[in-house]
Amino acid sequence: MNVEKFAYDNSIVKKFALATVIWGIVGMLVGLLAALQLVWPEANLTSWLSFGRIRPLHTNAVIFAFVGNGIFAGVYYSLQRLLKTRMWSDKLSNINFWGWQIIILSAVLTLPFGYTTGKEYAELEWPIDIAITLLWVVFGWNMMATILVRRVQHLYVAIWFYIATFVTVAVLHIVNSFEFPVNALKSYSVFAGVQDALVQWWYGHNAVAFFLTTPYLGLMYYFIPKAADRPVYSYRLSIIHFWALIFLYIWAGPHHLLYTSLPDWAQSLGVVFSVMLIAPSWGGMLNGLLTLRGAWDKVRDDVVLKFMVVAVTAYGMSTFEGPMLSLKFFNTLSHFTDWTIAHVHIGGLGWNGMLTFGMLYYLIPKMYGGKLYSKKLANYHFWIATIGILLYAVPLYWAGFVQGFMWQDFNPDGTLVNKDFLETVTQLKPYYAMRAAGGALYIVGAILMAYNLVKTAVHGTFIANEDAEAPALVKNTKAHDDGYWHRVIERKPMRMLVISLIVILIGGAVEIIPTLIVKSNIPTISSVQPYTPLELEGRDIYISEGCYNCHSQMVRPLRFETERYGEYSKAGEFVYDHPFQWGSKRTGPDLAREGKGNKLAKSDYWHYDHLIRPAEVSKGSIMPSYAFLKDDPLDRTYTKKKLEVMISLGVPYTDSTLANYEMMMDQQSDEIAKNIEKDLKGLGVEISEAKFNEIKNSKMIALIAYLQRLGSDIHNEQVTENK
Amino acid sequence: MLKYIKNHMTSIDGIEIYPIISLSIFFIFFILLFIYVFAGSKKRFETVSMYPILDKESDVITNEINDQKLKN
Repeated sequence: MNVEKFAYDNSIVKKFALATVIWGIVGMLVGLLAALQLVWPEANLTSWLSFGRIRPLHTNAVIFAFVGNGIFAGVYYSLQRLLKTRMWSDKLSNINFWGWQIIILSAVLTLPFGYTTGKEYAELEWPIDIAITLLWVVFGWNMMATILVRRVQHLYVAIWFYIATFVTVAVLHIVNSFEFPVNALKSYSVFAGVQDALVQWWYGHNAVAFFLTTPYLGLMYYFIPKAADRPVYSYRLSIIHFWALIFLYIWAGPHHLLYTSLPDWAQSLGVVFSVMLIAPSWGGMLNGLLTLRGAWDKVRDDVVLKFMVVAVTAYGMSTFEGPMLSLKFFNTLSHFTDWTIAHVHIGGLGWNGMLTFGMLYYLIPKMYGGKLYSKKLANYHFWIATIGILLYAVPLYWAGFVQGFMWQDFNPDGTLVNKDFLETVTQLKPYYAMRAAGGALYIVGAILMAYNLVKTAVHGTFIANEDAEAPALVKNTKAHDDGYWHRVIERKPMRMLVISLIVILIGGAVEIIPTLIVKSNIPTISSVQPYTPLELEGRDIYISEGCYNCHSQMVRPLRFETERYGEYSKAGEFVYDHPFQWGSKRTGPDLAREGKGNKLAKSDYWHYDHLIRPAEVSKGSIMPSYAFLKDDPLDRTYTKKKLEVMISLGVPYTDSTLANYEMMMDQQSDEIAKNIEKDLKGLGVEISEAKFNEIKNSKMIALIAYLQRLGSDIHNEQVTENK
Repeated sequence: MLKYIKNHMTSIDGIEIYPIISLSIFFIFFILLFIYVFAGSKKRFETVSMYPILDKESDVITNEINDQKLKN
């Protein structure tokens, strides 16, 4: 047998591992800042450090920078070894590495400054979206080319997960990023309202599935057998796990939109598939844990296995909880509360974090040809991280229950017990403080790991090119061992890729296409009109400040919601919302019925005052101050362009609006500024003409104009009907 | 952009049949998957499942020889 000599590329793995550690700590620290801001709103130091801008930075950093680099580190290490070959191109590997870091940096340089698309976990603006697409192609190209020059017959199941990850993330990212540019750093989603929501949560949920789950399952199927030195419990089960998981996952997105204006049939499909998901998820979890059958004694001594066992257990817990939360009964209580945040952190800190740590403790000593610097320190890390997760999650679960029940509480006479939304928030501060402490502990653990790994590297010698030998692959076309289909799928990577693509397209297509095309799914409301130019600008400020991170715009048709906010939200109310702003969390109250004509409507002055000093206007509010908006003049450079883009997206702005937009804006802002001036006068505060003009032309006025419009159009209809 | 696609596709007759189609796809998918998995040879699964833990060249060769034997 012809044995060939070659070398594995460890340099690329080292780079990604280093980036994983650095971005991991950075991303978690940003998370800690956001957590502290919920306890001490004063920690919203400047506009670019305010919660609404920092929270997307945290989510993007931990998902795409920490886990993203972790995926690449693990894939570049395991792929070469599973295929018995070096990566196809070192150049592509390096482009992948540096390109990814530049994308992360561009996120750091845009998100805190308010450049965002306003769609969760897809906040990066269009030029960065294009860069991500190109980089992802580089990664896939290098991976597929490596698979094609392999020295083994079959593709091990971990590689199937990598292929599915590549294909699906590409599809999700491209479809959800369909946006129409206004300028280099501003775009509007092509989809609007309900359709945008469906596409976004199809993306959002599957970002969890195909970025945080499938690649990590691939890593689990490689690193657990590796660390335990025994093959996976059942290879058959892993095949079922793979196909069932990618087939079912893609349907589950609508469970993020239960009781919203999304058509019922789509909600039901989402629920049914979410419930079914528990089968492959738990199949995978058991397969991972049972791999340790007869080797549980190793878990006591081997720190890598310890981390992995907790990771797989956390995976089991969150994949039980996920289907449970997608049942309408539980969702009514959990949705918009901290329960969801606790749930995702069991997945994030437990599954992704702990698996990454385990993997790093395995990789670094291996690549530096030595032993881990301190096993003791790694054990400390393990316990600190595990306790950190519990201290993080348990208070948040509690906060979720407390707030959920408080929202639903009725007096015997049918009125709400907690009429003021704020009462349900101030209760949560102690839980938020505990959560921040749990998060801080987790970061301490990660810093210990960084120290331990650096020390390991310093004491060892890095093996940049690890020598290996393997027999050349003999092309055996006559093999009849197990039928045509097994050969077709498991030995032909390109076909594997295409079949995975078809499997994941089915669910997306069945849910998304009818919602886009069947008119009856989005009943229109004749009184719903496009936003005025000023309101449109105000809406962009709302998006840019990340208000959607704390405020939903979706009153569900539930009595405790309609009692609090007013009429429930209808699909037809959002047809001009590019992008939709339904949100997913109510740290503050829902704003769908904030505008004029609703029972919650407030005066222009109230909004002005509240945006400047929220904690004084609403005692105990944890909202950051937006006083800077009254000092920032509204930039009208792109208003016309924005209107034109909206027209090309199907929003019926008339020619007269396009011609007279400046005058319309002047009129509306003058009216709002006069209302504020009048109320100030009533309070004994006189303002100069210069001051009046400053207020009138500020961003604040545009934002108020938008807030006053929210959910008010449906009342116009009633007025006309009554006449 | 989207309105063009939307308008064209609303004209598709019987698009409401989608749920029934999806149910059929679902059942067919899983039946095929189970046939696929249980028709596979046990020895091949054993060979492949050893891939992650074979580092040494001699292990790889033995593993590949077993695999070859299986085919002949």
